[in-house]
Amino acid sequence: MSKAPRLHIPQRSSRPGEEPDFSYVELSQPGAVDRPATDTPSKEIESLALSMVRVLDENHRAVGPWDPKLGDSQMQHALTCMLKTRIFDARMLRMHRQGKISFYMQSLGEEAVSVAQCMALQSEDMLFPSYRNQGLHITRGRDVVDLMNQCLSNQMDGCKGRQMPIMYHWKEGNIFSISGNLTTQVPQAVGWAMASAIKGEHPIAATWLGDGSTAEADFYHALTFASVYKAPVVLNVVNNQWAISTFQAFAGGGHRPFAARGLGFGIPGIRVDGNDVLAVYAVTRWAAERARSGVGPTLIELVTYRAGAHSTSDDPSRYRPKNEWEQWPLGDPIERLKQHMISNKKWTESKHAKLSKKLEQEVAESWKQAENNGSLAHGPRLHEDSMFEDVYKTVPKHLQKQREELKRIKKRGVSS
Amino acid sequence: MARMNMIQALNSAMDVMMERDASVLVLGEDVGYFGGVFNCTGGLYEKYGKHRVLDTPIAEGGILAAAIGMGVNGLRPIAEIQFADYIYPAFDQIVSELARLRYRSGGDFWSPVTVRTPCGGGIRGGQTHSQSPEATFTQVCGIKVVMPSNPYDAKGLLISSIEDDDPVIFFEPKRLYNGPFDGDPDKPSVSWSAHERGEVPEEYYAVPIGCADVVRSGSEVTVLTYGTMVHVCAQAIERMGIDAELIDIRTLAPLDIETIKTSVQKTGRCITAHEATRISGFGAELSAVVQEECFWSLKAPIVRVAGWDTPYPHAFEWDYFPGQERVIHALEQVMVYE
Repeated sequence: MSKAPRLHIPQRSSRPGEEPDFSYVELSQPGAVDRPATDTPSKEIESLALSMVRVLDENHRAVGPWDPKLGDSQMQHALTCMLKTRIFDARMLRMHRQGKISFYMQSLGEEAVSVAQCMALQSEDMLFPSYRNQGLHITRGRDVVDLMNQCLSNQMDGCKGRQMPIMYHWKEGNIFSISGNLTTQVPQAVGWAMASAIKGEHPIAATWLGDGSTAEADFYHALTFASVYKAPVVLNVVNNQWAISTFQAFAGGGHRPFAARGLGFGIPGIRVDGNDVLAVYAVTRWAAERARSGVGPTLIELVTYRAGAHSTSDDPSRYRPKNEWEQWPLGDPIERLKQHMISNKKWTESKHAKLSKKLEQEVAESWKQAENNGSLAHGPRLHEDSMFEDVYKTVPKHLQKQREELKRIKKRGVSS
Repeated sequence: MARMNMIQALNSAMDVMMERDASVLVLGEDVGYFGGVFNCTGGLYEKYGKHRVLDTPIAEGGILAAAIGMGVNGLRPIAEIQFADYIYPAFDQIVSELARLRYRSGGDFWSPVTVRTPCGGGIRGGQTHSQSPEATFTQVCGIKVVMPSNPYDAKGLLISSIEDDDPVIFFEPKRLYNGPFDGDPDKPSVSWSAHERGEVPEEYYAVPIGCADVVRSGSEVTVLTYGTMVHVCAQAIERMGIDAELIDIRTLAPLDIETIKTSVQKTGRCITAHEATRISGFGAELSAVVQEECFWSLKAPIVRVAGWDTPYPHAFEWDYFPGQERVIHALEQVMVYE
């Protein structure tokens, strides 16, 4: 008798104590991938899902047909937003270590995703982020005091103390609320985009999820609905290699790139160097144009690396080599753009140091302001009465009653 | 006034609202060209077009998620889930998203989705076309739960649900679509044409959410029920010749506690009745409310009539269905107490 079948249990290329091994990451040469017209039928451009769009080469030059030819001010804006995001993250992590906030998630190493994609979209486009997209808020010009207020659950928190830190939203800035449950926002973004088309309006939707989250059914609902109705939406899979402790092969990334998931739905998939600001910008512009002109949705896979822990509750040294990021073949997005600008004589180390310092000061100043608005530990917070609001548009009788009950109990105290 | 069955009344509600408000649209499996498996959306596709009456893929989670996104973008979607038994793939989108969006975003985002779904048994639907999952949704804060028992209420309550800025799960007892059903499967079917609540205005009107309806006033015992069981209980009361007060709850969440309280304080006895299973069924909530609000008025323990705590069996439908005999038995139990 032949042997009974055995399961394939994906094995990571390197574990703690071993040399990092990224030989599984397939790269294309910078400039090597063609840039088709945005109205090209999806079946003619399937190779985009299997290669990797890259613009910046190892000599820091921008090469090939995907070079978006950003102006100096745009490049400087991208650099500033990425740097600000990183500095903001570092400050918030420190504040978590000092016990000032209960939880945090940084986006270290993948700042180009949010920043360059946001720049490539229009301000009226609706963004449905995942939990590592703080760069979207920063790039759309949100005062970081607002983000800090949210993390502090203080009296100015836009979530009114109801959400864990980092679950931001910004209605005026067209950035949707983060659920905390994964992937739920992705088919919602498709619905939003469908409504835009039904109403005959131009704004499109863009949404983000991680490599691990592609395993959720909601991702396939999104692909199905986007494909069936050709919804004007850009779906972004941020493949940062890790979903807490499981690596991307546990979502099926070991067999084919996530971008290729689009192909079976007739949705073009594009795999892009997620740490190359210029490539990310160019690919997003391409997808946005495709959506806005009514050609249909695009699935973008942004290949990047989660340089930090999943969250402040995670310890990655237990499941991956400590020095993995140093060996990551696509480097650091900030450093790569900086070197490109320096080699073009548009930037200098001293200007960079000066910008860093200025942003550090700004963020420190913002933190002081935010702390003055209160914190979870020391207040002032919103009054606890507010917890009964917004369950429904108006407070129904049974919640009015429960609110009164809480009042009575607090007034009476435990001793009497 | 026109004569309508419940299907026509629901159709009329959607028609009226789509006519009045360009942001109202319908989406669901088979709802478009075909008009729905029960024909509730019949004719709407022709009248309002394929962009406002959307046939969807068979993915209830996707239907709900798309509806939520549409609602956030200013539309007022009516999502049909073909059978309440199929609602579970959409459960996460309802519970974690639709119900909590307003709360978690501090009131900044919301989505006024109405989910219409046929529920209940009596149509030989077996365990996947007969369920009554309403109680499950009453435990989800942030949504409203409605179940009409006749064409007039169906239209008025559906209009209120569509107009409501909070999400509503609108359960339609499918055994009542074509006529009232008193629980006796051996009697010939009756249509809504002879029933007073089969008279339905063709124009706009609303029946408010959150208000129970006293179907029959009485002094000896209060019967709290909704959906198909309203008609089963009415016939059981008739057969017993008892002076019972019959209350159609109509809205399970938010619950009209005042009407219940007023009634039980008067009668001093109470039974609850629903098709859904008994353990943690909505009867448990109703009986807790009665106990909290009317303890000193009660002359007898509250008795619950419900489906057995088994899946809904195809071959034993009429042993499973809580028909008149079980209602009468419950009424006899509470009437023993002086």
